[in-house]
Amino acid sequence: MNSDTHDLIVIGAGPAGISAALTAASCGLKTVLLDEQSRPGGQIYRNITAVPPTIAALLGPDYRHGESLAARLSNSSVELRFGTLVWDVARDLTVTAQQNGRSFQVHAPQLIAATGAMERASPLPGWTLPGVLNAGAAQLAMKSAGSVPAGRVVLAGGGPLLLLVACQLLDAGVTLAGIVETSPAANRWRALRYLPAALGAPAYLAKGLGMLWRLRRAGVPMFSAASALRVEGSDRAQALTFTARGAAHRLDAEVVLLHHGVVPNTQLSRLLRVDHDWDSVQLTWRPRVDGWGETSLAGFRITGDGVSIAGALAAEPAGALAALGAAQALGRLTAPEAERRAAPLRGTLQQQGHIRPFLDTLYRPPEWITDPSDETVVCRCEEVTAGRIREMARLGCQGPNQTKFFSRCGMGPCQGRMCGLTVTQILSSALGKEPEDVGAYRIRAPLKPVPLASIAALSNPIAVDIAETPEPT
Amino acid sequence: MFRPMVLPASEQRRALEIIVEGRRVPAREGETLAAALLNAGVVQFRRTPVSGQPRAPLCLMGVCFDCLVEVDGAQNVQSCMVEVREGMQVRLPDGARHVGDSA
Amino acid sequence: MTAVREIDTLVLGGGVVGTAIAYGLATAGERVRLLDEGDDAFRAARGNFGLVWVQGKGQGNPDYARWTLAAAERWPAFAQELAALTGVDVELSQIGGITMCLDDHELAERAAGLESVRQSLGGHYPYEVLGPSRLREISPLVGPDVVGAVYCPLDGHVSPLRLLRALVQGFESRGGELVAGGRVDRIEYRAGAFHAWVGSNEHVAGRVVLAAGLGNRDLAPMVGLKAPVKPNRGQILVSERVQPFLRHPSLHVRQTGEGVVQIGDSKEDVGFDDGTTLEQLARIARRATRCFPILANVNVVRTWGALRVMSPDGFPIYQASSDCPGAFVVTCHSGITLASLHAGPLVNWLRGGAEPSDIRGFKAERFDV
Repeated sequence: MNSDTHDLIVIGAGPAGISAALTAASCGLKTVLLDEQSRPGGQIYRNITAVPPTIAALLGPDYRHGESLAARLSNSSVELRFGTLVWDVARDLTVTAQQNGRSFQVHAPQLIAATGAMERASPLPGWTLPGVLNAGAAQLAMKSAGSVPAGRVVLAGGGPLLLLVACQLLDAGVTLAGIVETSPAANRWRALRYLPAALGAPAYLAKGLGMLWRLRRAGVPMFSAASALRVEGSDRAQALTFTARGAAHRLDAEVVLLHHGVVPNTQLSRLLRVDHDWDSVQLTWRPRVDGWGETSLAGFRITGDGVSIAGALAAEPAGALAALGAAQALGRLTAPEAERRAAPLRGTLQQQGHIRPFLDTLYRPPEWITDPSDETVVCRCEEVTAGRIREMARLGCQGPNQTKFFSRCGMGPCQGRMCGLTVTQILSSALGKEPEDVGAYRIRAPLKPVPLASIAALSNPIAVDIAETPEPT
Repeated sequence: MFRPMVLPASEQRRALEIIVEGRRVPAREGETLAAALLNAGVVQFRRTPVSGQPRAPLCLMGVCFDCLVEVDGAQNVQSCMVEVREGMQVRLPDGARHVGDSA
Repeated sequence: MTAVREIDTLVLGGGVVGTAIAYGLATAGERVRLLDEGDDAFRAARGNFGLVWVQGKGQGNPDYARWTLAAAERWPAFAQELAALTGVDVELSQIGGITMCLDDHELAERAAGLESVRQSLGGHYPYEVLGPSRLREISPLVGPDVVGAVYCPLDGHVSPLRLLRALVQGFESRGGELVAGGRVDRIEYRAGAFHAWVGSNEHVAGRVVLAAGLGNRDLAPMVGLKAPVKPNRGQILVSERVQPFLRHPSLHVRQTGEGVVQIGDSKEDVGFDDGTTLEQLARIARRATRCFPILANVNVVRTWGALRVMSPDGFPIYQASSDCPGAFVVTCHSGITLASLHAGPLVNWLRGGAEPSDIRGFKAERFDV
């Protein structure tokens, strides 16, 4: 498809995407914003336009900050297409998407992906049992449905979100059976180096300490530097067992919430085969972008947490920068004007970055999460264990794609979202190669499963019979 | 596994009903099907096609694909990406998709 | 760095052709080292349908038809041999394959092609033309647009994944050595021995078999051979797991042992590009929904582009080098079907025995006409 339908297409209506779209509109670009959800906000501001006030208050001012973003979006000239699943982007930047069961295509000379991040998988024995969720999932349940876990809840892992969710659940009256932190003790010493820089974000540190204090005061049992975690239960989660301070522990619970940080969602950037680097601090891939978010594919920019984790408040200036880059590339903004607008944005980004090295080091996941034990299921879709993946390495597999071919790991509906990073890291260990040299799964269209008839329909202007899939929302 | 938070009457969302495996289940307008099922006490959303293992949602944001259910005849729909509708017919999958006549 | 262990044969290429040959040689007692590339190689072995396929092959070339028939007939024993040795079940199902036709002209053309092969073989060539009702007896879910099919009882399919795994495991258990992670960029023939370099690593043996698919094109001249092969792209759609509904594979739709439905078939001349295009995928999808309307709502989970290894006439190249005795080239695009022969009967020839009569016509000289 060659004819342009827009100047700019933005995928993802979280803070980076909204900010990019608003900035683009302010430069006079004809912009369309696509998102799979039915409302703006991404995950961090999920359901911000419809959340009941009581819940918004509980979630706090950081969450409510999204209200103004959403309001500005609806007052703008940006074309909005929600409930839209982007399932293919071609190298010429043609976007193929599905809305209400029907596929359509749009094309623009500039494309910005703001598809954000997802929680890192926390593979450990028993993690596939019903009742095990990510900590962020529990927060999403609050945001989007006003629901909280019933019964006893154990939280396990490491990261600011773990403590935040614990506090929010506490405020909502949930019974917390314990918080089991898994960050190795050594992390604390290593993180001290970055404390001076982190002190440049005093509010952030104060929040963290405040949460810890709150949880202690509420009498929630807390454990640190835990290892040998296992979720016990036959058909559902019934308890978390672990070792801490040399002693074995068992916490009975109906729900176990896991969290080991957040990682960029690289499905789209991998689909387009742009250059990626391995970030050995954040233990994830990051697409390589310039100061305006442009990747190794001209016209294709990525911004926000989809590049590297920097948080919601960094996502806004990052999105705006990408849009300024796009506007410049289209000749709608002069270089001096772009620089003028970019300067304060870069300042904010830098400021938001002060806390990162400290957090990334303090909460670096333990090796038994990134390189789990043999019995641990790594590919949830195809039920492939870490041991099986190591066997494939011994058989001669040099990377994730051969491993995928021989073991089926990565072949299920999630297409490697849950297992990709773990497989790269297991192979890195097993083969004695750097993750950069091990590589990642080759990602192909469709980005998410779509009915065969949807693909068939693109061949033929005469409609093919498609059963109505329910409106996404 | 989950329960709705207590809200003042003015903020409560309109109640509606969905049908899960033939059973009438209460739900609230605006919530995802996954949330409604969790609130209704559904613990096992499906059994996997590979080995029949029980599964339930992990991520609630559309990346884990463990919340798959059948909605109004459409199989393997991510229930966390669908909002409830009055009278929605839900079935919980046992293994792989079936073709031909609906089982 | 010279390899420490003394070996008889180097096999270049760890796809299904190379591993079958390596396995066969190791089974015959040769000391074999298999050299294979890294994770990102093109690998026709990965992007295929796993068909063990007789029908439609060898039109105008009875030798190829005979070679293919022999391969299909040897497959059950081959699968059993692999299972007994490695414990891997390659999931061979050989109950027959069908090619569905969407109009009478296509059906007539296919039937005529098969009949011509039967004539050229003097009758030993089983196939049937299935009318609409007979077709629906064996494959009930076929759609109304399908007017009929051609059927061959010897056709079937295996799991390419499991086959490769079984071959590699079998190869290693018979003492074979797999060295993966780099491409051979140079071979020299000196004093009766072949020296192959992967970067700065040198491998030496008295015999070398080129089974590197598209890589054979550049490697063959280094040992006095020719392999004028070019890539031919096929795109495939792969579905989620589905309850079993399709027992007979076809060129266009096949259901694997895991329940996954694979959908093809396309042929494109696009060079070394294994990407996918919506245009072809949509065409393939459309044909599949016409053949099996019940697939309309089945989700496609991923797609593939893979490069077939195509000689100018589409038939294999089997040749021993006269300039560099001990060098062989083996290339084909039906590596799955022919694996049963590559792992057994062909090995005799590679060890210096008689050349099988069926492959005598597959030398590269035939392209010099």
